[in-house]
Amino acid sequence: MLEAHDLAAGFDGRTLFDGVTFALESGRIMGLCGASGAGKTTLGRVIAGLHRPSAGVVRIDGQQPASGKAQPVQYLHQSPLAAMNPRWKIRCILAEAGQPEAGLLTAFGVDAEWMGRFPHELSGGQLQRISILRALTANPRYLIADEITAPLDPVSQARIWHLLGQIARSKQIGILAISHDRALLDRICCQGRFELGQRGLIRHEAAGPVGVIDPDPAGRSARSAGRTAVRC
Amino acid sequence: MNGRVGALLAALLAAMLIVAIALAPAGLGETGIRADFAARNLAPQSGHLFGTDQMGRDMLARSLHGLALSLEIGLIAAGLSVAIAILMATLSGLGRGTDRIAGFVTDAMLAMPHLMLLILISFALGGGTAAVVIAVAISHWPRLARILRAELLQVAAAPYIETSRALGRSRVFIIRHHILPHLLPQALVGFLLMFPHAILHEAGLTFLGFGLEPSRPAIGVMLTEAMRHISAGRWWLALFPGAMLLALVLAFETLGSALRRLITPREAQC
Amino acid sequence: MLTIRDLSVGFRRYRGLFRHEETSRLSGLNLTLDAGEVLAVIGGSGAGKSLLAHAILGLLPPNAVLRGKLAFRGQALNPVYPPALRGRKIALIPQQVSHLDPLARTGAQMSWAARRSGSAADTTARLAALGLPPQVAQLFPDQLSGGMARRVLLAMAEAGAPDLLIADEPTAGLDPENRDAVLRMLGEHARRGAGILLITHDLKSVLPIADRVAILDEGRMRGIEFPRNFTGRGAELTSSYARDLWRALPENGFLTDA
Repeated sequence: MLEAHDLAAGFDGRTLFDGVTFALESGRIMGLCGASGAGKTTLGRVIAGLHRPSAGVVRIDGQQPASGKAQPVQYLHQSPLAAMNPRWKIRCILAEAGQPEAGLLTAFGVDAEWMGRFPHELSGGQLQRISILRALTANPRYLIADEITAPLDPVSQARIWHLLGQIARSKQIGILAISHDRALLDRICCQGRFELGQRGLIRHEAAGPVGVIDPDPAGRSARSAGRTAVRC
Repeated sequence: MNGRVGALLAALLAAMLIVAIALAPAGLGETGIRADFAARNLAPQSGHLFGTDQMGRDMLARSLHGLALSLEIGLIAAGLSVAIAILMATLSGLGRGTDRIAGFVTDAMLAMPHLMLLILISFALGGGTAAVVIAVAISHWPRLARILRAELLQVAAAPYIETSRALGRSRVFIIRHHILPHLLPQALVGFLLMFPHAILHEAGLTFLGFGLEPSRPAIGVMLTEAMRHISAGRWWLALFPGAMLLALVLAFETLGSALRRLITPREAQC
Repeated sequence: MLTIRDLSVGFRRYRGLFRHEETSRLSGLNLTLDAGEVLAVIGGSGAGKSLLAHAILGLLPPNAVLRGKLAFRGQALNPVYPPALRGRKIALIPQQVSHLDPLARTGAQMSWAARRSGSAADTTARLAALGLPPQVAQLFPDQLSGGMARRVLLAMAEAGAPDLLIADEPTAGLDPENRDAVLRMLGEHARRGAGILLITHDLKSVLPIADRVAILDEGRMRGIEFPRNFTGRGAELTSSYARDLWRALPENGFLTDA
């Protein structure tokens, strides 16, 4: 269980939000939306231990994460290119987190040929998959997915979220999904969609299709069609 | 031919010239240093391509000795200067307080006129080789320190450094694998481009009489002596050492620019 | 107004230390854009959308290789880019807010843009037209919110009443209200007779204002569709790739092709 208690944060004395309290269970996906500048990214970074909150605490299973080792909460950057050393090839970038599981490499559709390329030589979708794979190799308990599919085309976006849904379930990893796209959050977040305001989080009801995906209204089974579904 | 081949050829040519000059004194021995009064004041001719001076010393050999000496002094001075620049940049990277101190010192150094600083330091230390080296080293680092500081702060703020830390990598790992590989090429190019400045300032300082002892075959000494003979029509005494110095400086500029072209990602693809 | 025939863009880069090789980033592109039309170009990151914009503006880097024909009102844009088109007849709304001068007030930057393009600089009226209060003219770019900054960039690009307006991801990072406001303004500009090339990754947001939607994927044109056909399960869409994209949207099937 990831617990955020009464968090407040901001920059240079200006408070972006305060009184943010929530709990995220492992294996589940929680959605976070909010207006531009509301502090969604800052909240994500506070939870991942990358930004000091001005008040409040974050606990993982009742403990505050220690620094100096691989963090139990990994932050996925909205631009994977920025989160990779431009002088390194993909092989080294992945190795920085350790040796990725062979099963994960296959699941993520990582081509062996990518290993010898530089980050700018992959497409946005490919690069984001490498970024997720690297974070998973550090064996996190939780992931912060900050607009990770915003610049991608809808097919790449759906692929990544189907994959993350499966992994969240099989590895019991909790995910905080940050996005502007309310329809996307309703689709992927079984723990609900929350809006960040100045006074904490407000829970919203989904407006469109939710959680469980039936990929084919005509009734064909998801699996037989080679498709995966996010189930909670 | 593409840009990189051109850059590499230029660099090779420049490097060959520099190596040849550095090795010349070993091959020349005493030629150009010992006087030969039978061959005084000869104009350029076969046997003495650059002519001879009032003591009958061959000017080609003498210029090569001078350039080798300049190289030696330039190497030590530029090396020291780069070391100071790296130290100051690292200081800037440590924290806000140290950054402020390093920034103040750098600005103060930049605010003083170059040549005046050189003359003052060299004069205060009593002249001679050591004084010139120290004066050049102390007066040349601020520009490079500024560049390195900017690079360091930029790379240290990059999201991939933060990611590396979150993946459990230590401070030492990050400095060794992310930051240094980014800074060292910049420092190397800075070193090569500082070299010609160091050599020119050494010659200038010596020419003005605040540098090397008149007994040494330095280019600056040669140029001072040549001043007295130009009115007598012995133009070769000033022209050839000066032109050789210019060639050496250009060789270093070429080498530095070519190297920068090869390692800077933006230009590297052209 | 804008005609693109068989456009290909590649980059020469080094393989190893010295060997040159050309990597293709756009190939075989055909497009036309008429006055008063909004043509949306949709594609994910890496599809080559921004490259297309830069090719039309003649802003490709020196190691780029451009083939094919680009023409604006019958005037060829390549191989030599005609002067006095860019910024006057053809304008760009840049992707990043960092394209504003951080040291100058918004109002000053807007009147500079107007003067550069030779039109009258009535900053207050322009701000009002964009739904911004006149005080915005006194602010510096870092004091603007994302939505405000985007409107200011739009106002600067529109200042000289360009015939062709290229908007590169004008809505990235905006919340839905601001996004729709910016798109509405682009639509109004088209109704005044300009051609708009709207480059974005966000398919559904452009459907209300676009006249046609061109779909770009990995440097290739995968189909040009009419927005009204993006409905239901996308049965009327002519290209299968467009159908895949439509059905992969979270509010539709959220499907990935197998």
